[in-house]
Amino acid sequence: MFEIKNLSADIDGKTILKGIDLKVNPGEVHAIMGPNGSGKSTMAGVISGNEDYNITAGKILLEGSDLHGLLPEERAGEGVFLAFQYPVAISGVNNMVFLQASLNSIRKYKGLEPLDAFDCIELIKNKMKLLHMNPELLQRGLNDGFSGGEKKRNEILQMLLLEPKLAILDETDSGLDIDALKTVAEGVNAMRDEKRSFIVVTHYQRLLDYIIPDVVHILKDGKIVLTGDYTLAQRLEKEGYGWLK
Amino acid sequence: MSKLQISEQYKYGFESNVPSDALPPGLNEGVIRAISAKKNEPPFLLEWRLKAYRHWLKMVEPNWAKLNINPIDFNAISYFSKPKSQVDRPKSLDEVDPELLRTYERLGIPLHEQKMLAGVAMDAVFDSVSVATTFKEKLADAGVIFLPFSEAVEKHPDLIKKYMGTVIPYRDNFFAALNSAVFSDGSFVYIPPGVRCPMELSTYFRINAMNTGQFERTLIIADKGSYVSYLEGCSAPMRDENQLHAAVVELVAHEDSEIKYSTVQNWYPGDENGKGGIYNFVTKRGDCREARSKISWTQVETGSAITWKYPSVILKGDHSSGSFYSVAVVNNYQQADTGTKMVHIGKNTSSTIVSKGISTGKGQNTYRGLVKVSPLAKNARNHTECDSLLLSDTCGAHTFPYIEVSHPSAQVEHEATTSKISEQELFYCRQRGLSEEEAVNLIVNGFCKTVFQELPMEFAVEAQKLLEISLEGSVG
Ligand SMILES: Nc1ncnc2c1ncn2[C@@H]1O[C@H](COP(=O)(O)OP(=O)(O)O)[C@@H](O)[C@H]1O
Ligand SMILES: [Mg+2]
Repeated sequence: MFEIKNLSADIDGKTILKGIDLKVNPGEVHAIMGPNGSGKSTMAGVISGNEDYNITAGKILLEGSDLHGLLPEERAGEGVFLAFQYPVAISGVNNMVFLQASLNSIRKYKGLEPLDAFDCIELIKNKMKLLHMNPELLQRGLNDGFSGGEKKRNEILQMLLLEPKLAILDETDSGLDIDALKTVAEGVNAMRDEKRSFIVVTHYQRLLDYIIPDVVHILKDGKIVLTGDYTLAQRLEKEGYGWLK
Repeated sequence: MSKLQISEQYKYGFESNVPSDALPPGLNEGVIRAISAKKNEPPFLLEWRLKAYRHWLKMVEPNWAKLNINPIDFNAISYFSKPKSQVDRPKSLDEVDPELLRTYERLGIPLHEQKMLAGVAMDAVFDSVSVATTFKEKLADAGVIFLPFSEAVEKHPDLIKKYMGTVIPYRDNFFAALNSAVFSDGSFVYIPPGVRCPMELSTYFRINAMNTGQFERTLIIADKGSYVSYLEGCSAPMRDENQLHAAVVELVAHEDSEIKYSTVQNWYPGDENGKGGIYNFVTKRGDCREARSKISWTQVETGSAITWKYPSVILKGDHSSGSFYSVAVVNNYQQADTGTKMVHIGKNTSSTIVSKGISTGKGQNTYRGLVKVSPLAKNARNHTECDSLLLSDTCGAHTFPYIEVSHPSAQVEHEATTSKISEQELFYCRQRGLSEEEAVNLIVNGFCKTVFQELPMEFAVEAQKLLEISLEGSVG
């Protein structure tokens, strides 16, 4: 289970998160919606250990243990995965090399033997098929010159490889056409099971038609102002955020 | 960073207890005659050394703007040191002092043939002399001559006389003149016409004795239609004094031949306060003497307090080509001033320059390169790529590309970039489980990829590890 208690955080002295409580049971998908600038990416960054943010209050618990003081790479080892809203491109680093390094770091953290290049390629290619990705992308630099859709699929590919306990998808749907959106949703749904938790950040009900959430939260000005079920997403789609106080 | 960490970083910093037979420090004609006599050299060579010495006396030490050098006292250096056990050159490895063999084992270079890297013939130079050359027979079968320089002088004086100093005359520069006067040993390679050298050739240079300079000379000749790939590696014990290494390397490529010369330079860089370390002042030049010849320099420079070298290619033959692939790393107070000269003289000649500078700590990294297209060099082409990666806020990267074009048909391209590793890149990698250091190594390796690809396979992995060690503890 993943739990956030009364979480507040600053950046450069500016308060962004103002006391967030959230509880995601194993197997659940929670959607986070909310206007631009409300703090959704900040929350994702704070959970995954981005040191730019300063936590002023609260706790983040994964399966009961506090993530406080763990480095980003340790949190990743513990099973926190963040699909970035804006994945960076690192042109000199070969995508395949990166995926293998990442996979083996996580395996090492879990006390597993590293996979050799052959097993890695095999595994990666299988997951790529699921996401209808062109295997040529493995030979490119990490996200280098990738289209928006290719970048997002590459994020989901990493999620499938690393098999996290908590996956946070930060606007993975923005910029995707409907086919890409379906593929991404299939990738997520393939991983849904009773052990894993998902937090899906989105502006659009569209994605939630394919990844049906158990709970929908609305984040506004650093606070969760409303929690409901799937119908909340439908209402937002129709009426926007204006009706929220 | 603690002293302890530094010592761990430079794992080649140990000193071997090998008794040596050295000349007392100091430089005069008597010393030069003594070196020449110790080696039973023919008169022409002694004459040449003396001419070089007399010329050197008239020269002034170069003063490069970007380098911060402690004055060198040339009379405090011993110009000759050899392990006592090597007084009579050993005929085979069985006769080599076991302590010497252990030194090379510790350096990761076993000289026993059965333990060696398959397909690599190795010569090992310890202080001033060569201590072992492996795989002599196999090479002799192919007609390849691969000998310590002094042995080549005895056995092939005609070749030495014909080629030595024809690429780098003793007047070339201050350190080349000094080397010509006092050089002690080095490697000699001759590949006969039409022969593809059956294995990688490699020399490992080691400075052990104190107050000793190493002045080796390497001469490689590829006769018509031949091919050779040669690699040099180097290391030295950690000492508080600066030690001078002033080598000369000459390459001659005849018609349709190809020479690939790779360097993995890991001389002791000095400590974290900039104390000690090797002054690596080297003159390297290749001569594409005839048509369609090719010379390629690849270097990975991680060591030395100061590196000062410009491996160059003179493109005389029509359709000849030259390349220079370089990774230079500076950390702490290291200074590197390196680059190349590509001199286009023949028609339809081409050159490629890829320089990757990585700087951290208070290191200063300078690329200095010249592309010269002479008035007769019709259709010359050059492509230069010069990239700098900065890992600290206190380091410096400088680029001085000089271009002199005297023929209108020339196509000369220059690209340069300077980059840093961004916080976003690091966070992305760390979110995927990599530590900050692993992330930096991954990015640095990616940055150097085009250069590492040029190294012989056995050494590409070694170079990558060396780079990681040099940058250890340099981030965060
Ligand atoms: N590095 C930063 N420095 C200052 N303010 C920031 C920084 N990053 C985000 N913010 C501010 O924090 C608020 C929340 O941003 P963000 O979490 O990205 O919102 P969302 O993802 O919900 O659109 C915004 O007002 C944004 O301008
Ligand atoms: Mg956002």
